[in-house]
Amino acid sequence: MKEVDYSHKTFHRNKTVAVFFLCLAVFLGLIGRLVYLMVFQSEYYTQKAKELHERERSIKAARGRIIDANGEILADNKTVCTISVIHNQIEDAEQVIKILSKELELSEDYVRKRVEKYSSIEKIKSNVDKSVGDIIRTYELAGVKVDEDYKRYYPYDSLASKVLGFTGGDNQGIIGLEVIYEEYLQGEAGTILTVTDAKGVEVSEAGEERIEPVNGDDLYVSLDINIQSYATQLALQTMETKQAQGVSILVMNPQNGEIMAMVNVPEFDLNNPYTLPETIDTADLTEEKKQELLNAMWRNGCINDTYEPGSIFKTVTAASALEEGVVTVNDTFSCPGYVMVGDRRIRCHKIAGHGGQNFVEATMNSCNPVFVTVGLRLGVDNFYKYFKQFGLLDKTGIDLPGEARTIMHSKENIGPVELATISFGQSFQITPIQLATTVSSFVNGGRRVTPHFGVRVMSTDGEQSKSFAYQVKDNIVSKETSETMRYILEQVVENGGGKNAYIEGYRIGGKTATSQTLPRGTNEYIASFLGFYPADNPTVLAVCIINRPQGMYYGGQIAAPVVKQLFENILPYLEKMDYNNSSES
Amino acid sequence: MAERMTRAASRRKSNTANYMDYSLLFIVIFLLGFGLVMVYSTSSYEANLQFDGDSAWYFRKQLWASILGVAAMFFVANIPYHFWERFSVLAYLVSAGLILLIIPFGHSANGATRWLYIGPISIQPAEIAKLGMILFLSSMICSMGKKIRQRKGFYAVLAVPVPIALMLWLITSNMSSAIIVMGIAALMLFVSCPDYKRFIFLSLLAIAGAALVVFVIVKMAESGADNLDYRGARILAWLDPEAFASGKGFQTLQGLYAIGSGGILGKGLGASKQKLGFIPEAQNDMIFSIICEELGLFGAIAVILMFIMLIWRFMVIANNAPDLFGALLVVGVLGHIAIQVILNIAVVTNTIPNTGISLPFISYGGTSVLFLMIEIGLVLSVAKGIRLKDL
Repeated sequence: MKEVDYSHKTFHRNKTVAVFFLCLAVFLGLIGRLVYLMVFQSEYYTQKAKELHERERSIKAARGRIIDANGEILADNKTVCTISVIHNQIEDAEQVIKILSKELELSEDYVRKRVEKYSSIEKIKSNVDKSVGDIIRTYELAGVKVDEDYKRYYPYDSLASKVLGFTGGDNQGIIGLEVIYEEYLQGEAGTILTVTDAKGVEVSEAGEERIEPVNGDDLYVSLDINIQSYATQLALQTMETKQAQGVSILVMNPQNGEIMAMVNVPEFDLNNPYTLPETIDTADLTEEKKQELLNAMWRNGCINDTYEPGSIFKTVTAASALEEGVVTVNDTFSCPGYVMVGDRRIRCHKIAGHGGQNFVEATMNSCNPVFVTVGLRLGVDNFYKYFKQFGLLDKTGIDLPGEARTIMHSKENIGPVELATISFGQSFQITPIQLATTVSSFVNGGRRVTPHFGVRVMSTDGEQSKSFAYQVKDNIVSKETSETMRYILEQVVENGGGKNAYIEGYRIGGKTATSQTLPRGTNEYIASFLGFYPADNPTVLAVCIINRPQGMYYGGQIAAPVVKQLFENILPYLEKMDYNNSSES
Repeated sequence: MAERMTRAASRRKSNTANYMDYSLLFIVIFLLGFGLVMVYSTSSYEANLQFDGDSAWYFRKQLWASILGVAAMFFVANIPYHFWERFSVLAYLVSAGLILLIIPFGHSANGATRWLYIGPISIQPAEIAKLGMILFLSSMICSMGKKIRQRKGFYAVLAVPVPIALMLWLITSNMSSAIIVMGIAALMLFVSCPDYKRFIFLSLLAIAGAALVVFVIVKMAESGADNLDYRGARILAWLDPEAFASGKGFQTLQGLYAIGSGGILGKGLGASKQKLGFIPEAQNDMIFSIICEELGLFGAIAVILMFIMLIWRFMVIANNAPDLFGALLVVGVLGHIAIQVILNIAVVTNTIPNTGISLPFISYGGTSVLFLMIEIGLVLSVAKGIRLKDL
């Protein structure tokens, strides 16, 4: 080798070494960059990547059940299955098509179209019975997914439909108790996190991460299925025989406000709440009109609608007057068949007049002129004071949605004529539940209770429970006034207008009413009766309201017998229950 | 005594025997095998969807190219490298000719026209041009002798790759290949001149120029210019990939998600999520990000160490080459592979603006693997000329 070449080679060696170390330095710099990204920034990028890759699917929580006073389940969950196919995972498409079409009773073409469709997941059928879903599972078909789901199910179909309410597609309450107790019933949905590729296709090998759902709490209500069933039967029978538009029956405990039955016939099928009655031709209805009809079908007359209470409201006049001391039971009155208020002549329902009578007899006779006289003695200020004191101007606070307010004249608009008509229950409107709650406070010793269904909620495992406490206002009327009221109203049933509700051997109090439907002049009436038992210390109070009956329309004639029949059947039952309860404790 | 005898015998034998650089061979075979594993890992999911269940589609093509490459490597390694010297001018002309052929016959993919089809085989002239440049410059520098130390000779060497680089840039829009061709020439020139100052000056000039370009583009963007071409947008996406998450910054950002989510130990071989279509064609230029995601920081550093060892072997061979031509050939190959690895990892980690560049031996690409293996064959052929006593 030549000398020149050798010297040439020396610097070229050095330079090659320099190139190597230059590269090494750059590589070390890049390793530093990698350490920064993969150690210090790792958490940030991992989170970002996770958000990109994971898809959330929620798992419905089982909704809490609604359970009656006897432990009967009024609203339950049915496990249903959703059958879907995942195109990429199917191994034997023909077999999948054959089996699914056979088990789900679908046409092969229908199933084939879905199986052969290139999509991440294709639903074949939802709301499939669990038994069918289980059968499909046993085939262990690759690419067929059987997902369990819950559907609300009401074992008694239409029973207490307007009280219980129903749920929508996301299992959320739409009306009734299902709405009010939503926060307890709904539970907490769980989630399934699945890994997907860029196109959103689930990556099966990556597995699933599950957050289990928390089931909703069970709601225990005071409703008694036996009483509710019987009352429903009775209401339907009455509606049929009287050709009425609707019949409502309300049974509650005036001592604590617990409602045992609330019937509003016609009821609707809770398992098919969007099906209008067959009598309505739905063919050429607009969506709007149909929704209107559905809303009407779902209305709970006892709380959503107001009406003129008529003569039952005389109890309010009587209680106010007794409390104020403007009348005593022995005060005597004379009824000539009418009473003059200013230049207006207000007639009694008995045209010939009731003649001479004391205040008890006047109530037994439901004599309008006497109550007008007493009302005028009270005066507007006092009357209004008692309205407020009785809670008539507020809502009752019942645990159902959409309670209607009392429609009452404002104080400055009440003249003598208005005062007179209010005295016997006309010219204003209240809800049946308001009336029942108000009368309860007159006969229970003067306590305003909050009417309610919800007693307590309890977790499915029974570990956590919460009892509801309801507001009670004392001193609505004095104990003496309450006692007097009980006496007067017992007389009404024993010897007066409510004698059709009299049952041998039972001390029953009550008051009848016959009111006109609004607007007036249609010759249509609302017949009603309010009764309670036992008259000396009532534990059960029932109201029956018959809306627009044909033919006979007096409350004493048609509504009182309904309550009588109801009491005949439920009083022995309630006594037996009481006996059982006391023997337990 | 017996020991001394055998050592003497083996030395005598080695003196006459040709040297085979098994370290280099092992490193290359390892990288190639690892590359095949990663090509399968990164491409199987997409291939499965794309080719109707054939998840090994890309893997198989790469396997054939690799087998062909290994054969070519052994073939070239057994030919004395001086055999190729006579083709050096031809190599330059063929390189230029093939690039020009792209104008009428080029095949486009992903919006760039870079491929020529010969029957069913596609080749990238850019890969041939890199090898051609190494061969031509080695021969040219050797024949120049000391003239290279003069200004005229210096700039002549620097001017030779410019036409090829310009053609690659303008005809195939392949700026990264143009940079590599220029880089190979610069490194070979650096090694063949005793001077340092001129190179330091030129490097500083290049860095200043690059900084100025970035500065101007950022200022233009701030003043609301919307006439920036796609290279301008790349610079902006480099500076803030999340602001261009759905456009120019998409690939970079997805790569960063992959790298960052790999962490220290990685998700495990085959467990990458980003390869499920989030990084399009993850088996190509972005394959290093999936290596990071699956094998973690340890895997990534291990791969870089393999490349450092490879370059170290090149250095050793170059410095012990029997003559300057052989040394320059090895330096050219060293430059080619080092620049390409550095640029690739720098792009994937968003250290420099995004430019399409593959990771030697590992990224999917048949022409690239074949020509890289030919280059390794040349290096092995040079290594064979080393007598052990020179080591």
